Amino acid sequence: MNFDLALVSSVLRAVTPILFAALAGALCQRAGVFNISLEGTMLVGCFAAVAGSWFTGNPWLGVLAAVVASAAYSLILAIGSVALGGDPIVLSIAMNLLAVGLTSFLLRTVFGTTGSFSDPGLRGLDPVLFGHSALVYAAWVAVAVLAFLLYRTSWGLKVRGIGENAEAAAKLGVNVARERYQVIIAAGALCGLGGAQLALGNVTLFSENMTAGRGWIAVVAVMLGMAAPVGVLLAALLFGLAEGLGFRLQGLGLPQQATDAAPYVVTLLALFSQRLFRRERSNA
Amino acid sequence: MKPPRRWAIVFALLAAFVLGTLILAGTGADPISAYTAIITGAFGPDGFPGTLEYAVPVVGMAVALAVPLRAGMVNLGGEGQLVLGAITGTVLGLTSPLPAVPTVILALLGGALAGAAYAALAAFFENRLGVPLLVSTLLLSYPAMSFASYLVRFPLADAGSSLPQSERLPDGVALEVTGTGLALVAATALAYVVIDARAPIGYEIRMTGLGARFAAYAGISRPRLTLRVLATSGGLAGLVGAIMVLGFPHRFIDGALITPTYTWIGLLAALLAGANPLGTVVAAFFFAALTNGGFEAERVTQAPRELTAVLQAVIIIFLASATGLLNRRKAGVR
Repeated sequence: MNFDLALVSSVLRAVTPILFAALAGALCQRAGVFNISLEGTMLVGCFAAVAGSWFTGNPWLGVLAAVVASAAYSLILAIGSVALGGDPIVLSIAMNLLAVGLTSFLLRTVFGTTGSFSDPGLRGLDPVLFGHSALVYAAWVAVAVLAFLLYRTSWGLKVRGIGENAEAAAKLGVNVARERYQVIIAAGALCGLGGAQLALGNVTLFSENMTAGRGWIAVVAVMLGMAAPVGVLLAALLFGLAEGLGFRLQGLGLPQQATDAAPYVVTLLALFSQRLFRRERSNA
Repeated sequence: MKPPRRWAIVFALLAAFVLGTLILAGTGADPISAYTAIITGAFGPDGFPGTLEYAVPVVGMAVALAVPLRAGMVNLGGEGQLVLGAITGTVLGLTSPLPAVPTVILALLGGALAGAAYAALAAFFENRLGVPLLVSTLLLSYPAMSFASYLVRFPLADAGSSLPQSERLPDGVALEVTGTGLALVAATALAYVVIDARAPIGYEIRMTGLGARFAAYAGISRPRLTLRVLATSGGLAGLVGAIMVLGFPHRFIDGALITPTYTWIGLLAALLAGANPLGTVVAAFFFAALTNGGFEAERVTQAPRELTAVLQAVIIIFLASATGLLNRRKAGVR
C-alpha cells in the first residue's frame, strides 16, 4: 500500500467531525467541565444540518441550523449541571440517549421515514479545495483560534484558571458559572460544526445514530492530547488515519467488521500506551 | 451513587409526563388516547405477554448495570458484554457434544463468563493504567459488536438464508424467555437485593458508592472491588445475552440485541432508581412496559414509538437536575 494523496484526503475527511468534537471537549476540560455529551450533541447537529439544508435549499443554512441546534442542546448540560448542580455525567449519558431518541423521533415526524433520510434534492456542502468542504479547513483554523483564545487572551486565562482551581478563580472575582455557561455553549456550537460536516460533508444524508461513537473517540482524544488544542489535533489525526486506512484495507478484501472496529481499537491502544508510558516515566 | 430523593423522582416523572403530553399534542395526536393505548398496550391482555418478554432483558441489563452504579462506577459497555455473551452462547450451543440440557447450562455459563471476562478487562485497564472505566467500557463495546457481527456473517452464517444470522441451535437447546429466562433474571435480581442488604461485599459496594475516599480509608481495596463489580456486571450482561439467543428464534441474529436498546433502557432505569436493587427492578419493569406500550400507541395514534425513548431520557435529565437542586438547598448553597 502506498501512502498517497487519496489516503491523505480520506484521513482529512474522517478527522474533521472528530476534531471539532475534540476541540469542544478540550475547551470544556480546560474550564473543569467533564463533558461526555459530545456524541449526542454532534448527532443533534447532524440532524439539524440535514433539516436546515433540506428546507432552505442552502447547505450553509444547514450548517447554521446545526450550530444553533447543538448550542441550544448543550444548554441542557449547562443549566442542569452549572445552574442546578446536577451530576454532569448522568446528565451527559441521558443527553446522548435523548439525542438518539429525539433525532429518530424527528426523522419520523419531520421526514416521515425511519432508518435514514437521503434525497437527490438534499444539498451537501460544495467542495472548495482538493474536493473538501470549507468546514474541513475550518477545523484546522479552529485549532489555531482555540489555542490563541486559551493562551493569549484574558478570557482564556479565566477559563484555564477555573479549570485549575474554581474556588480560587471565584475569589479573584471570576464569575465561574458565567464562564462555564459560555464554554459549554461554545462547545455545543463546535459539535454542531462537526455534525454538519459529518452529515453534509462526509456524506449527504442523515441516518439514525450516525455519529457511531465519534463523540466518544473525541473524549479519548481530549485525554490523549491533554486538552491542549495541538495535542488534541494530533490525537484526532491518529483516529482519522485509522478510519482512512480502514476504508483502504476494506478495498483489499479485509472484512468490513474488522475495519469498523479499527478506530476504536486504535483509540484504546493509544490511550493504553500513553498511560503506560507516563506511568513508567513517573516510576523511573 | 447516592440514591435520588423521592421528591426528585416524583418531580421528574411528572415533568416528563407534562412534556410528553405537549409533544403528543404537538404531533397532532390525542394525548388521552395515546396514554390509554400505552397502558392497554403495556398491561392489557394482548399487551402484557409482550411487556413480559421485553422486561426480561431490560430488567436483566438494569440489574447488570446497577451493580457498578451502586459503587459509583459506570459501565457503558453493556452492549458489547451482552452481545459477547450471546455469541458465546451461540457457539457453545452449536458445537457442544453434550445432550441438550447440559448444553443449555453450558451456554448460559459460557455466556456469563465471556461477558465477565470482557468487562474485567476494562476494570484491569482502570486499575493498572488509570484508563477511566466510563471510556474503556464503551469503546470496548464496538469491537465486540463487530466481532460478533463478523462471526454470524461468515463462520457461523446460516447457509440457507441471506439474513445475517447464525444457524438455528439444535433441537432442545432452547429455553423460554418468559419462563426459564424470567426465572433466571428474577433469581439474579433477588440475589442482588439480598447481597446488597446482607453480605459484606454489598456493604462495601454501598459504602464506596456513598463516599469512595471514606471507603478507601476504611480499608476497602478499590482495585479489587472494581474488578469484582465489573466482572459481576459483565457476567450478568453476558447471561442475558445467552438467555436471549437460547430463546425464540433460537439463533443469533445480527443487531437483534442492539436495535431494541435493552442496554440503554436498563441503564436509564438503574439511574432512575439510583441503583437501589428493588427500585432498579421496578424502574426497569416500568420502562419496559412504557416501551412496549409505546408500540401500541403508535398503532392507535400514529405517535412515533421513539417518543417513549425520548421520555425515558428526559426523566433522567429532570431527575439529575432536581437532585442537584435539592442537594444544593440542603447544603445551604444557593
